[in-house]
Amino acid sequence: MKRTLSVLVENRPGVLTRVAGLFSRRGYNIDSLAVGRTENPSISRMTIVVDGDEQIIEQVGKQLNKLIDVIKISDITDDPYVGRELILIKVNAEPAVRGEIMQIVDIFRARIVDIARNSLIIEATGDADKIDAIENSLRPFGIREVVRTGKIAMLRGAKTRGMEASGNDTGE
Amino acid sequence: MTLGSKERTGARAVMEVLLAEGVELVFGYPGGAVLPLYDELARTPIRHVLVRQEQNAVHAASGYARTSGKTGVCLATSGPGATNLVTGIASAYMDSVPVVIFTGQVPTRMVGSDAFQETDITGITIPITKHNYLVKDVEELPRIAKEAFYIASTGRPGPVLIDIPKDVALALCRASLPERVELRGYKPTYQGHPGQLRALARLLGEAERPLIFAGGGVLASRAEDYLRQLAEKLQVPVVTSLTGLGAFPEDNPLALGMVGLHGKPCANHALMECDLLVGLGVRFDDRVTGALEKFAPRARIAHLDIDPAEIGKNVRVDLPLVGDISCILQELLPLVAPASHGPWLQRIKELRNLYPLTYGRGGEVRPQWVMERLGEMTRGQAIIATDVGQHQMWAALYYGYTEPRSFVSSCGLGTMGYGLPAAAGAALARRDKQVWLITGDGSFQMSMAELGTAMEQGLPLKILLFNNQSLAMVRQLQHFYYDRQYTAIEFTGNPDFVRLAECYGAEGLRITRQEEVVPVLARAMGNDRLTLIECVISPEEMVYPMVPEGAGLDEMLLPE
Repeated sequence: MKRTLSVLVENRPGVLTRVAGLFSRRGYNIDSLAVGRTENPSISRMTIVVDGDEQIIEQVGKQLNKLIDVIKISDITDDPYVGRELILIKVNAEPAVRGEIMQIVDIFRARIVDIARNSLIIEATGDADKIDAIENSLRPFGIREVVRTGKIAMLRGAKTRGMEASGNDTGE
Repeated sequence: MTLGSKERTGARAVMEVLLAEGVELVFGYPGGAVLPLYDELARTPIRHVLVRQEQNAVHAASGYARTSGKTGVCLATSGPGATNLVTGIASAYMDSVPVVIFTGQVPTRMVGSDAFQETDITGITIPITKHNYLVKDVEELPRIAKEAFYIASTGRPGPVLIDIPKDVALALCRASLPERVELRGYKPTYQGHPGQLRALARLLGEAERPLIFAGGGVLASRAEDYLRQLAEKLQVPVVTSLTGLGAFPEDNPLALGMVGLHGKPCANHALMECDLLVGLGVRFDDRVTGALEKFAPRARIAHLDIDPAEIGKNVRVDLPLVGDISCILQELLPLVAPASHGPWLQRIKELRNLYPLTYGRGGEVRPQWVMERLGEMTRGQAIIATDVGQHQMWAALYYGYTEPRSFVSSCGLGTMGYGLPAAAGAALARRDKQVWLITGDGSFQMSMAELGTAMEQGLPLKILLFNNQSLAMVRQLQHFYYDRQYTAIEFTGNPDFVRLAECYGAEGLRITRQEEVVPVLARAMGNDRLTLIECVISPEEMVYPMVPEGAGLDEMLLPE
């Protein structure tokens, strides 16, 4: 079972080490982890996709909460949210097949961001399924290199998971 | 203490925090990178205890913290000084002991360059500290130092490390001591959830065979009086973990003693027969539960702890309750009606008779018998520090703890060598108590250089060293699980421990026969010197009861 956790942390050096270290030490599986500053420069948000059963996910949350630098954890998996990944794909593109590749790029609403003699770099954003699909569609041409971010996520609507909905989830 | 914004060095600012926190004693070992702190420490009334190796500074601070209820403080230099601390910090972390550790670090501009005596001690200690800091800006130092004491001693206590580069310690600091600690990511829950409290009261009211399982959390939150009131009001028997020894007086008729792998037989049987198990400040460690699938098969389990992450970690829990044990029990007491649990207490009596704690009688000196005599002679009023091994279990099973914070041992990590420095720390914390160290020849040799520290500090420790010239707990494991192939357990180069004591200027005594036990213990109790008693025992002694791997708590091996 994959869960998406939105985690607010202090924007301090070493926080990523603490979080990543916790996962490896306790044997939890991180699918992806993306981190960046929030609208408040002293706070960063980590979007963590973690794989495990209910008991493991509960432990992940509780153990994360024990880190002093972790301010708030929300499991947003079951809430409506926009989830995005970014992929950069360097694909073989002889002049003869460029038209075909550009069609695929159009279909996925991706963009060509660099052109060389025999290759293109394509940029696409979307949820994991779409990213997988564009990667698969381009595979026949010969993919030279892929760079992919982890997922970042934001709740739909006016609701936020920022500090104003604060307080640690320390209930039973 | 208001200090305004007067300029002073970072090192001086650290001392201001120590003084404001009421620190009287620091355990440490100096070195180049930490000298700015030492230089300022010397200008304060705070006493410094010079240990013989840095690990022992943490152990001593741990013994001090556990017996005084205050936070222990350590000081060490960068590099090897810092890495030597690691086992001590891990031991304190596993047993939730509040310790604040300051380490010196190479100057900021050299950090990361593999400089002389540089090591990434904050990186190394992330998994074994409650929190740690590398201070890069001197203006943050007063806040960080104050935070460290707050974090170490509140919620679930634990060690906090502050790494201070030499130039930061020497830099001028304008920042004053903050009035309060503000940590948006750290807000321990103290009060129990009212609905859960009522549910617990209901469970206690319904139970026919309730059992309380008390651990170190009871002692950490000073809840021992509320625990006794609860047990007596409801007539609920009490078992304890190793860490929880002393949380409930063993001379109380409801006390069943330690439970677990080497737990008392009636305690283990009671746990397997109870229909409600109330865990108070425990973490259901594997040394307690035995085979998890066989643990407390008839019981609903209520688990009370200040650390939410402990609840549901190892055992299934029917009623979770997060909070401080003292706060919770205080609120729980008026919610429960007095009860008698007659048939259950009758059954407990039967269990006591059916499964007494025995060790057989032999002609030679039996360590179990020695521990019983020591318990009688000190009336359970001494502080007992132990090392790790068979003697630790005999000390846990046969002494009879009647007072909180009277048992000091490395329970979670099982660190050999913990005993002597921890005993020294305890003796410095509690001048009013006789402090006994129960140790073995294996453990003792891991930290026996601390005899020098104890002599220097004038500590009248009583050391009872069971000498079987071997690592007999390892031998016991090889006996049961490795086909009696005894390897790497024999010491043929042990010193003469009596003469070792004497060459430190301490008193050395020896017990080789049973009739010597009482007079020699009495002689040690009666003098005011550091006294080491070498008690010669057989390497073939076993610790019983013993729950074999994969077995339930009621499937104990008992002596023939």
